[in-house]
Amino acid sequence: MSTLRVSVWRGQESGGYQEFEVPRLASQTVLDVVTFIQRELDPTLAYRYACRVGMCGSCAMTVNGRARWTCRTHVDNVAQGGQLEIAPLRNLPVVRDLVTDMTPFFDKWARARGRFQGGATRKDDFARVAPGSPARQLADAGIECIGCGVCYSSCDVVAWTPAYLGPAALNRAWTLVNDVRDTGNRARLAAVAGDAGCHACHTHMSCSERCPKQISPTAAIAGLKRATALAALKGEL
Amino acid sequence: MNTRTQVLLWTAQRASAVVLAVCVVVHLVTIVYAIRNGITAVEILDRTRGSYAWCGFYAIFVAAVAVHAPIGLRSVLAETLNWRGKGLDLTVLATGLALALWGFRAVYAVFA
Repeated sequence: MSTLRVSVWRGQESGGYQEFEVPRLASQTVLDVVTFIQRELDPTLAYRYACRVGMCGSCAMTVNGRARWTCRTHVDNVAQGGQLEIAPLRNLPVVRDLVTDMTPFFDKWARARGRFQGGATRKDDFARVAPGSPARQLADAGIECIGCGVCYSSCDVVAWTPAYLGPAALNRAWTLVNDVRDTGNRARLAAVAGDAGCHACHTHMSCSERCPKQISPTAAIAGLKRATALAALKGEL
Repeated sequence: MNTRTQVLLWTAQRASAVVLAVCVVVHLVTIVYAIRNGITAVEILDRTRGSYAWCGFYAIFVAAVAVHAPIGLRSVLAETLNWRGKGLDLTVLATGLALALWGFRAVYAVFA
């Protein structure tokens, strides 16, 4: 049986890589590799996962220098010369080993007013939103985000401007801007505008390239730039 | 600086970029035309002096540069030096004013 040579980050912000040899199996995912190490070689290894099927967004790590969802990343597609280097996500504090503290990431969703704010009561009828309407189509394009943090970890602007809200929070805000039922858009546009908001984005598109759900936060951010610029010109920010 | 001003700066930079795209093309075509036809500096000055069209074109060019460059510089300095706040804003404002001053001086020199 062939083996994989795997370097795994150990420690917190400071630490180092530890080498492991893991049996190579058919259809093996990177999460399988990490799980094998934790169960068979070193039970002190810290990592995070839940669903294993690409729904929960909790298993993202940096694999050979790129942020990826490890449960759906096959070793065949990423191992270079039978080697893997697995590290925690960039741009987030490291709790231990491969586990990052996602608090700053989700705090920024809150800062971007990523919570639905309805105006209807239980006495109102259901809102009818035509599936083919332009606003619904724009919301649909970004609604499947699983909050894995791959885009946030891949974003250079987050590294350069720590206050920057980041692709995921802005994508979430854009889906709500296009939700015809939402009543909080004036405050939301003010929250996502400016130097720490959508206008900090340089359109590098790393987020769109690496999003495992093929969402384009870049397109969402471009939409927010247009909407906030219009609001600023109208004096509504 | 408040959020609305930040957004208006971003808008001004994008709008000035559109103007610059046109101005740069016209400027490059003019240079290539002058070189390929062997037009001398004296002949160029003969054409620009007293020409309100060339003066207006290059005045717009200078104004677009003076708006565009400092706003971009503000982002570059903020991201590379982690320098933010009033000191940065005043520095890039001074840069914009200096670019405008030098640029309009050059336009005047070939017009008057």
